[in-house]
Amino acid sequence: MVVIDATGRPPMASGAVPRPVRSRNPLDHDVPTGREEAWRFTPLRRLRGLLTGPDADGKVSVTVTAPAGIAVEQLDAADPRIGRSYTPADRVAAFALARAGGATAITVPAEAAPTEPVLVHLHGESPRSAAGAAGVAYGHLLVEVGPFASATVVLDHTGSATYAGNVEVHVGHGASLTFVSLQDWDAGAVHVGAHAYSIGRDAKLRSFTVTLGGDLVRLSPTVDYRGPGGDAELNGVFFTDAGQHQEHRLLVTHTPRSCRSRVTYKGALRGAGAHSVWIGDVVIDADAIDTDTYELNRNLVLTDGARADSVPNLEILTGEVVGAGHASATGRFDDEALFYLQSRGIPPAEARRLVVHGFFAEVIDRIEVVELRDRIMASVSARLGETPAEDEPATPAEAGAGRAGA
Amino acid sequence: MSTLEIRNLHVSVETEEGPREILRGVDLTVRKGETHAIMGPNGSGKSTLSYSIAGHPKYTVTDGTITLDGEDVLAMGVDARARAGIFLAMQYPVEIPGVSVSNFLRSSATAVRGEAPKLRTWVKEVKASMEALEMDPAFAERGVNEGFSGGEKKRHEILQMALLKPKIAVLDETDSGLDVDALRIVSGGIEAVRAKGETGILLITHYTRILRYIKPEFVHVMTAGRIVDEGGPELAAVLEDSGYDRYVKGGGAAAPTGAPAGAVS
Ligand SMILES: Nc1ncnc2c1ncn2[C@@H]1O[C@H](COP(=O)(O)OP(=O)(O)O)[C@@H](O)[C@H]1O
Ligand SMILES: [Mg+2]
Repeated sequence: MVVIDATGRPPMASGAVPRPVRSRNPLDHDVPTGREEAWRFTPLRRLRGLLTGPDADGKVSVTVTAPAGIAVEQLDAADPRIGRSYTPADRVAAFALARAGGATAITVPAEAAPTEPVLVHLHGESPRSAAGAAGVAYGHLLVEVGPFASATVVLDHTGSATYAGNVEVHVGHGASLTFVSLQDWDAGAVHVGAHAYSIGRDAKLRSFTVTLGGDLVRLSPTVDYRGPGGDAELNGVFFTDAGQHQEHRLLVTHTPRSCRSRVTYKGALRGAGAHSVWIGDVVIDADAIDTDTYELNRNLVLTDGARADSVPNLEILTGEVVGAGHASATGRFDDEALFYLQSRGIPPAEARRLVVHGFFAEVIDRIEVVELRDRIMASVSARLGETPAEDEPATPAEAGAGRAGA
Repeated sequence: MSTLEIRNLHVSVETEEGPREILRGVDLTVRKGETHAIMGPNGSGKSTLSYSIAGHPKYTVTDGTITLDGEDVLAMGVDARARAGIFLAMQYPVEIPGVSVSNFLRSSATAVRGEAPKLRTWVKEVKASMEALEMDPAFAERGVNEGFSGGEKKRHEILQMALLKPKIAVLDETDSGLDVDALRIVSGGIEAVRAKGETGILLITHYTRILRYIKPEFVHVMTAGRIVDEGGPELAAVLEDSGYDRYVKGGGAAAPTGAPAGAVS
């Protein structure tokens, strides 16, 4: 058994990863007080009442552009396909399921292999209410990939809303899915959602969760394997700007044998009150022999006043794994790297931009949809501020070995 | 005529016990087309001098001047110094994960030249320079210094010098850690820049072996933050035979074998 733990903590035994209550009934879930492990990082007052399931007074429109052969349906609330592979694990998710009034379902037939991605545009159309907050909306999205099919699905969240929306994904046996969820909300949006991935026997998921906009975004991606040979790659990128709260809570549960999981999340934070939270829970059940898992979170804190919380948890209930490890590190700009770039004539702001792009490139370069990659990098650049004029005077700290006191 | 002039340079670093003076009055003049070697034992302050010329923020100049063609280099930021024509090949080049060599080279050439090089000629230029240094084209797609061997890092430094065409190049122990083959290739790269006569080279080295490939006109010996001896190539031959012992043992009082300090410039 290989256990690698860059945090220096021993891998934890039974009980390390909390087991939430699972129920469709919102009232089965206690109202969080903020002291619970699952809620202690989240500023509850900024959830705009989502914990009590307020009536929808806003709208998130869903527009699906799909290649031929892919079924796009509107399911009503009673449809048995909803909730087949997912049961809510917290109150907001339960309200979202209860109040979504059905679901948008995308089905990739067995053995289909469309070359174009399915684009799902979720646009918050909620103007600010009298209270000043974007209106409340609920949603449920169902993605089913048939056996031996292969597809790419892209979710693109824009506009503004107070949105509780779940995504339920099942990748059928032997199938392969690339799934991108881009949170490119306007500044005022609140988004709380469960992204539940169910991985069939010998199926492969490659997911990308990219969180850029919004006032508060709290996503809970979970992976459950339905048979041996499943492979889940969870990639994430976030850029947390001043005042933003971005929280990603991952739970990968290895129950069958011989499954693989790889989690790679990279975040950059900038500005006063920027707060990111990354929770990486991995459970390897007693029968999950031959499991191979590794999770990593790296954060780059660009300025003072930003805070990154990063908590990996590995619970191993069998001794016979191929590999199980995690690493978490939060750092600042590497001054030596910035010096190296500047010593080649590159102005300080451009040097910082290159370093941040390089930091994200490891994850973003894995996205095969070129336009998406460019859009994400462009958004990162815009947030860093464009390259200043050539003759911008260096600040004293950047002037380097100048005269003492000069 | 490009001239780098260093006068009475005193440099300190911040340590836990407060500032510590490392350079204690260095005088040096390097002109375009000249090659100077600075030799000295470990810890004598050679890298400190290099970093101070390039403007590393850890090193504080407490006295003295550095000028390039009369312009005050110490008043310039790190990037402005590079754009003014100063280049430092680092003893320990830094990794910049995820930034490809090709992107990096183009960004720095754009900054130093003041405009983006024309794509077609640029690609040819890079290719030719890489071939001269026997570098695999695949190298351009790797992250800057990421997982590079010692030899690859040094070739990459010399590649940058060739592309950026500096007025003054400071090469800090570019020869250290190279095997015979790599030393030959890297020396060839330096020699090619030198042969053009457009660059003044300050070759910093601990050993004499690189001087078999590159013949300096001036040799300076540095110990304990000062230049304690200066001369022509013959001084390198003396050092090859007798090492630094006599300078170190006698401290600053060692009898110079060459011209008195400062006389070369
Ligand atoms: N950043 C630093 N902090 C503290 N001491 C330093 C620093 N840089 C260099 N020194 C010290 O200054 C002296 C000269 O170092 P350096 O310039 O690297 O010498 P050389 O390159 O000739 O081996 C050494 O004693 C070294 O320990
Ligand atoms: Mg040195």
